[in-house]
Amino acid sequence: MTLLDVVMFAPALAFALILLLPAAAHDIIRKAALALSLIVFLLSLALVPAVWQAGSSYHFEADVQWIHYPNIRYHVGMDGLGLWLVMLSTLLTPVGILVSWRHIDRRVKEFYAFLLLLEFGLIGVFVSLDLFLFYVFWEVSLVPMYFLIGIWGHERRIYAAVKFFLYTMAGSVLMLAAIIYLYNKSGTFDYLVLQELISSGRLILGHLEQTLLFLAFFFAFAIKVPLFPLHTWLPDAHVEAPTAGSVMLASVMLKMGTYGLLRFCLPLFPEASRENAPWIVVLAIVGIIYGALVAMVQPNMKKLVAYSSVSHLGFVVLGLFSFNQNALDGAVYQMLSHGISTGALFMLVGYLYERRHSLEIAAYGGVASPAPWLSSVFLITTLASIGLPTLNNFVGEFLVLQGAARANFTWAVFAATGVILSACYMLWLYQRVFLGRYAAPAAHAEAAEAHDPGADHGHPGPHGPGPGEAANRLHDPGMPDLSIREWAAMLPLLILMVWMGTAAQTFLPAIGASNARTLETLGVQEEYRVKTPARAPSAALPQEVAHAR
Amino acid sequence: MNLWLIPVLPLIGFAITGIFGRRLSRTAVSAIAVGSVFLSFVWVLRVLAGMSTFEAPYVERYFTWFRSGDLSIDVSFGLDRLTAVMLLVVTGVGLLIHLYATGYMAHEGGYYRFFAFLNLFMFFMLVLVLANNFLLMFVGWEGVGLCSYLLIGFYFLEKFATTAGNKAFIVNRIGDFGFSLGMFLMVITFGSLSFDTVFPAVEKMPPETGAGILTAISLLLFVGATGKSAQIPLYVWLPDAMAGPTPVSALIHAATMVTAGVYMVARCWTLFTHSQVTMEVVAIIGLATAVLSATIGLVQNDIKKVFAYSTVSQLGYMFLGLGSGAFAAGVFHIVTHAFFKALLFLGAGSVIHALAGEQDLQRMGGLRKHIPITFWTLLAAAVAIAGVPPFSGFHSKDAILIAAHHHAPWMYWVGVATAAMTAFYVFRAIFLAFFGEYRGTAHPHESPPAMWAPLAVLAFLSLAGGYIPVLEFLEPVFPHMEEEHDILLVMFSVMAGLAGIALAYFMYVLRPGFAGALAARFAGAYRLLYNKYFVDEIYAAAIVDPVVQGSRSILWRGFDVHLIDGIVNGIGHRSHNIGALMRMWQSGNIRSYAAWVVLGSLIVIIALGFGGLR
Repeated sequence: MTLLDVVMFAPALAFALILLLPAAAHDIIRKAALALSLIVFLLSLALVPAVWQAGSSYHFEADVQWIHYPNIRYHVGMDGLGLWLVMLSTLLTPVGILVSWRHIDRRVKEFYAFLLLLEFGLIGVFVSLDLFLFYVFWEVSLVPMYFLIGIWGHERRIYAAVKFFLYTMAGSVLMLAAIIYLYNKSGTFDYLVLQELISSGRLILGHLEQTLLFLAFFFAFAIKVPLFPLHTWLPDAHVEAPTAGSVMLASVMLKMGTYGLLRFCLPLFPEASRENAPWIVVLAIVGIIYGALVAMVQPNMKKLVAYSSVSHLGFVVLGLFSFNQNALDGAVYQMLSHGISTGALFMLVGYLYERRHSLEIAAYGGVASPAPWLSSVFLITTLASIGLPTLNNFVGEFLVLQGAARANFTWAVFAATGVILSACYMLWLYQRVFLGRYAAPAAHAEAAEAHDPGADHGHPGPHGPGPGEAANRLHDPGMPDLSIREWAAMLPLLILMVWMGTAAQTFLPAIGASNARTLETLGVQEEYRVKTPARAPSAALPQEVAHAR
Repeated sequence: MNLWLIPVLPLIGFAITGIFGRRLSRTAVSAIAVGSVFLSFVWVLRVLAGMSTFEAPYVERYFTWFRSGDLSIDVSFGLDRLTAVMLLVVTGVGLLIHLYATGYMAHEGGYYRFFAFLNLFMFFMLVLVLANNFLLMFVGWEGVGLCSYLLIGFYFLEKFATTAGNKAFIVNRIGDFGFSLGMFLMVITFGSLSFDTVFPAVEKMPPETGAGILTAISLLLFVGATGKSAQIPLYVWLPDAMAGPTPVSALIHAATMVTAGVYMVARCWTLFTHSQVTMEVVAIIGLATAVLSATIGLVQNDIKKVFAYSTVSQLGYMFLGLGSGAFAAGVFHIVTHAFFKALLFLGAGSVIHALAGEQDLQRMGGLRKHIPITFWTLLAAAVAIAGVPPFSGFHSKDAILIAAHHHAPWMYWVGVATAAMTAFYVFRAIFLAFFGEYRGTAHPHESPPAMWAPLAVLAFLSLAGGYIPVLEFLEPVFPHMEEEHDILLVMFSVMAGLAGIALAYFMYVLRPGFAGALAARFAGAYRLLYNKYFVDEIYAAAIVDPVVQGSRSILWRGFDVHLIDGIVNGIGHRSHNIGALMRMWQSGNIRSYAAWVVLGSLIVIIALGFGGLR
């Protein structure tokens, strides 16, 4: 029993424990769920030291027979890629529990149970080294999300949940067929064995065979990403999902798709990956621009953030199919960054929703006056999301674009327009929701009182350029500032935004090592050596541990 | 020598005022904000005093920001003569403006917020200047853009202010798009973004292989410069940026941030001089921007708008100098411009302060008697910008124009014509505001010492700053320029400036009705200039509206909702019974859910069994 097994089954145990609690004890359930998920997080922290510096090999490997016939094994392990995705799952689960604290008031027990079951599925997905086991976890994670949307969602939740379910099922059926086909062909579900068989030439797949298998996997993953034009389930799922559902969906579940592409599609079907890369890259770039343009005109905050995810995940897919170290590192970094900043955006939208029960941008305006901290945090998250240097998304976007430019400069030119557009839609959103004059809705109008004259805010004073009324900090009980609990959920993400933005070397070595191995199996030569003879001798560079290959 | 302290001190100031500012008194906020910049300035002086020689660039390396494959980005600062000049300007002028702002903002809401942003700006600007690689420079580059956005939209209750902030950020992002692509090409070509690697590599590049790629890189970097330094076609954000408080206009949108593009080009002179095409483009864009915005400045009535267009125009001058190969002259103009343009804005702020918010030149007049200190200091700035010898603007403008003549004589003549216009519009503003009779309704009062003391210092620098030996100091940094001192060329430009002043005196003091008559006579031209050639309207109609409308009606409602979802829902509708089946899943009974999961797994395993039997 390795530490990884403990981390993996702890959420399942927590799920079972929550089920044992009496359904009416809402408070105990919440606290228990939070405590258990925090324990899981702390346990997962202990995984970091081992994998951190040597991410290229699998650590905490466990390989035992699960089902004799067919030969399905419980084979798990963790490399640099899996490590941070597992950490993302274990971090966001307690965060998701915290944001649901007040918001979820019916069927509380099931809600938290499903969240923990979801965590179990997600961790399983990121550590499975047996294709069938992977598939089982893939489906396990689907079920709780379906219920999270379908039970605790908004008005059109059934439509959204069914759409989500059908879309994903359509893909995973194909993937299952491909997995079974591979098994028939090779007699094993074991990912490492399969990879070894393929790369050593002992398992030879015909061209059509390989292409079809690649497409079957690719289709399943592309839906999950979601890659344009398979993205239309996402806006609906997000709009209807409760806050925690949106957070988990955007932050972690979408990464299952990109993770699958990187873990399975690329190494198992290298030729097919390379052959099909051109049109996939085109779809990714179209997704970047299309997602941003459509986000720009959304009247609904959650839809806006959802379409922005389509755009951001386009960067990831672009990076994955540019086949070089920079692009792959950037893609994985972008997966993590998007998990943090978009998760935070959905939380903040959720906070707004809890205050005014609307997701329409037009229902808001001037929120900065009554809730300055909320708006400050939203601004920081916005800046992270649009890739401001020193915050998390920048590193990933830069590396993806750099890698894409190395593969084909034109790709980078088109994809980089997404960076301009992201500033447009996010700043416009921020302006419409937080800036301007605050107007309390009719119900609260009499309660909103001018208070604390002269303290702040955003008002031309005696010599500013506008009408010179006295500046007031407004207090509106309907729009309070961040509560302690809301802060507690946000703060880890805020810290990570800055941390990932400024000290990227905490995370990149493990990622880079794992990607270097993937590139090796892909058989892509590192071709981007310097073309000019004039280059500073490497001795001039700082003496540090050479990059693990 | 701990260069990092220079930017980090204001960052600490930002952190304190940003987080605790709401609880701090205004005195404490001012002390922290001004104090941190003061310490930073002192540290700059100390560091420079410790630099016995600038023979080799001094580099401090702190840590690796990120590394991927063979691309490694360090956080490292460098110091050479060019950096030294910029550091002195940024911290020196920055300190004066911080001090001024404590007076100017004394009665405004959001005092702590203002100073927090201002300190944050100092941090990013100093990072930009100190950075020893392109990506770190880009950090500062985007960071100052952020602060610009925050401070333009400082009066966030007003839609015009926040819209101007968005415009500034987004237009700058278009420039940054070019900057980024330039960096990507640089990494592909040189494998690094470090100045220490890239510039020597450029030097060694054989011209026949290098010309194409170096032209591409330098042009892309220049796109970045047109955004940050407000050149054609991306200058449109700067005039709108005047929505911010006046100290912001002085610090960010006149003295420091907008010169970042000039600094960047000067820093990359190796790259730029290797491409004739780029140098020509830089010169022409600079010159065209100088002329275009000067003509707009002729007729504006908002005192800050006049100076804003003047800034755009003067930045154009700087690029003209760079494009002509006179890098030192361009940087020299950054320095003198920082003095007189900061002074013009702070003086304008003092006027606006005195008139309780009035910015319309037509509603001023006769203020000479009411606010004499402001008048005299503004006059010092005006003679400096008009190029009247021996004041500061004369020296730097002269250096640029002579270089332009050496490069292409016609550019010199256009530059001279622009100098005449510059002198005219600045003195037009002076005469309209300070001469004649007061046309407004407020009760003008002189500003407090915290405001006029910086004015006095800047006035002194505007008058005498031309004698700071910037050109000589920078000589070892840039390629040598052939000296060409034709006294006649100097005479022409000085005459042009004086003629502009004289014409303004005639039109606004001697014959006050003349300007109106002229405007009526040439109504079409006047309207064109007054409306800034309708460039904003053209951009909106040609780019913004089609993109937004197209995204809404074609992409979203057409493609997304109708086409894709139409297909998906069509499939879904046919299998409606599946949906109905699924609704049963919501029994709310956890055991039944579990049963479903188990059942699902069973189906899968059975399917698998069939597969395995085959």
